Amino acid sequence: MKTLSDKLLGGKQGVLGLALLALLIMVILPLGLDIFRLNLVGKYLTYAFVALSLVLLWGNGGILSLGQGMFFGLGGYCMAMFLKLEASDPISTKIQTTPGIPDFMDWNQLTAIPWFWEPFKSLPLTILAILIVPTIFAYIIGFAMFKRRVGGVYFAIITQAIALILSILIVGQQGFTGGVNGITDLKTMLGWDIRTDSAKYILYYVNAILLFGCIFLSRYILTSKFGMLLLAMRDKEERVRFSGYDVSDFKIFTFCVAAMISAIGGAMFTLQVGFMSPSFVGIVPSIEMVIFAAVGGRMSLIGAVYGTLLVNYGKTVFSETYPELWLFLMGGLFIAVVMFFPDGLAGIYQKHARKIPFLKRWVAEEKQKQTDAHASHGKASTTLGAEA
Amino acid sequence: MFGYSMAEIGNIMVMQGFAGLSMFSVLLLMALGLAIIFGQMGVINMAHGEFMTIGAYTTVMLSKLAVAYGFVNYYFIFAIIVAFVLAFAIGYLVEFTLIRHLYKRPLDTLLATWGLSLVMQQIFRSSFGAKEVSAELPEWLLGSFQPTPDIDIPINGVFVMGLAAVVTFGVFLFMFRSQWGLRVRATVQNRVMAGAVGINTKKVDRVTFALGCGIAGVAGAAFTTIASTGPTTGTLYIVDSFMVVVFGGAASLFGTIASAFGIAQAQSILQFFMTSSMGKVATLLTIVGILMMRPEGLFASKVRK
Repeated sequence: MKTLSDKLLGGKQGVLGLALLALLIMVILPLGLDIFRLNLVGKYLTYAFVALSLVLLWGNGGILSLGQGMFFGLGGYCMAMFLKLEASDPISTKIQTTPGIPDFMDWNQLTAIPWFWEPFKSLPLTILAILIVPTIFAYIIGFAMFKRRVGGVYFAIITQAIALILSILIVGQQGFTGGVNGITDLKTMLGWDIRTDSAKYILYYVNAILLFGCIFLSRYILTSKFGMLLLAMRDKEERVRFSGYDVSDFKIFTFCVAAMISAIGGAMFTLQVGFMSPSFVGIVPSIEMVIFAAVGGRMSLIGAVYGTLLVNYGKTVFSETYPELWLFLMGGLFIAVVMFFPDGLAGIYQKHARKIPFLKRWVAEEKQKQTDAHASHGKASTTLGAEA
Repeated sequence: MFGYSMAEIGNIMVMQGFAGLSMFSVLLLMALGLAIIFGQMGVINMAHGEFMTIGAYTTVMLSKLAVAYGFVNYYFIFAIIVAFVLAFAIGYLVEFTLIRHLYKRPLDTLLATWGLSLVMQQIFRSSFGAKEVSAELPEWLLGSFQPTPDIDIPINGVFVMGLAAVVTFGVFLFMFRSQWGLRVRATVQNRVMAGAVGINTKKVDRVTFALGCGIAGVAGAAFTTIASTGPTTGTLYIVDSFMVVVFGGAASLFGTIASAFGIAQAQSILQFFMTSSMGKVATLLTIVGILMMRPEGLFASKVRK
């Protein structure tokens, strides 16, 4: 029987991986980078929440959602609405026709705050909304899809369409959402200025701690009996169903958890970057976030964080210096990861770590455990297709 | 109603309906290719829109050539054929290098073809520039005819519709009346058995995929008559065409036609009465809603997996 700490940390190798990641995020990066760059890393780490959710959903559950961006966006928008209301107090907006409402509403001839903005006047309600709204949204989508046994590529296409709908809606309803510019000019949170350097350091650490919290949560889910069932469902859905489990309920639950994790990332994005826009909601960001998880290794929670950091670092470097080359690289990355490294960085690590004497024993132990637990590990993708 | 008289509403309906028909034609051509690739082979080709762009750029380039040598009135038919052949050839190549390794991993195919679409978009941007270009249309495609003084129907729309009808009929002949179509359908139904009776299933896959891409190329040629072409033109249609295929029922050719018609008409008419973005939202939302009620699509009885 595994103890709780085993479940959370994932054995010796898990501890090592987590410790290295914590060292990198909590110590090395803050010491080595100036605040501008560190804020950038903080921004990348908010995407890591989404990558994490995809490891849960896609790598382990076999459910590819191409609409995780919408949950990220919903979380981000909830936070942005709260901050925007605070930034739009009657004094600083006194030049508007209607003081006290967000500037873009004033530009669009709105004279009062719409009803669905009302809850975002209070921080507790906002935090509740960040956690609940995307989850309910995911529940509705998941319920409608999974109860009717829609899965695989159909699920991917439909989530993609929903992400598209949401982004068009946000762009189209300028008066309510800030339109294509999004919600900008966010200043304070309960009077605390989020734009100062010290605030950025604090937010970076809050973000990092939340990220580790989500890693623990995901690992707890994956190492429990539930995680085992998730893998079983991915590989042989019919067999799990015939064993008496309600497959759709498990899928809905996973989808909801993934949505919530993504939403937390979105909210932290808004806090650290200071705005939210529909360009993080639509199809392109949703698919890009899948590649973060794929590069890190679709089965590996820690890999997802590294994958996110690496791809975004590459994106920043290349799009600054060779913007032309970046799309080629990004496209090539999609193809290469899928064709040659379906298990991503984590897969490469697993393959080569055994050559390092120091790590040899741990890797061997880990392998043994995994083969004991579920013989199906490593067939990350091959079995999916056979099913369909 | 909306401040228009009944006669005006009637005219608007006819004209918007007709605008919807040209959109329907392009959407149908796109979706036909997808329906073949996705419906028959189960492969999600996210780069399908870029194959359409190949067709569009081919037409634009040929029109420039035609202007230079003074055969503007005749090049268009030729351009459609070249667009088809080029897209077919590139599709053939893509299947050979990429897709055939991924048949057992449909979700991965989706990601790989998305990557391919990014690469292709950048190739278009590097070689043709980021600015949108449009083809020089032959005279017989310009202008419009007016059955009544208030109704104005553009000729290029009629032409695109005719083209879509011809291609649809061709696909129908190919799939249901030719030896090739028989082999394709046999492979789809039972790959192992098809192989056992001597069908080269790998070759069938390759030609099927390439054919789907080729039709997207024709869609691109048709597209140049109604709008201008840019590097990301294909992405405008990709979600819509997937929705058409899924909504119609993946394996059903008739379903694809019906749902392309429904979606294009709904968007076109709604866009007149609401803003263009809200028209699109309303249409897509309706489709997603209906798909939630009836996930197998309108014209298929198969359970989705």
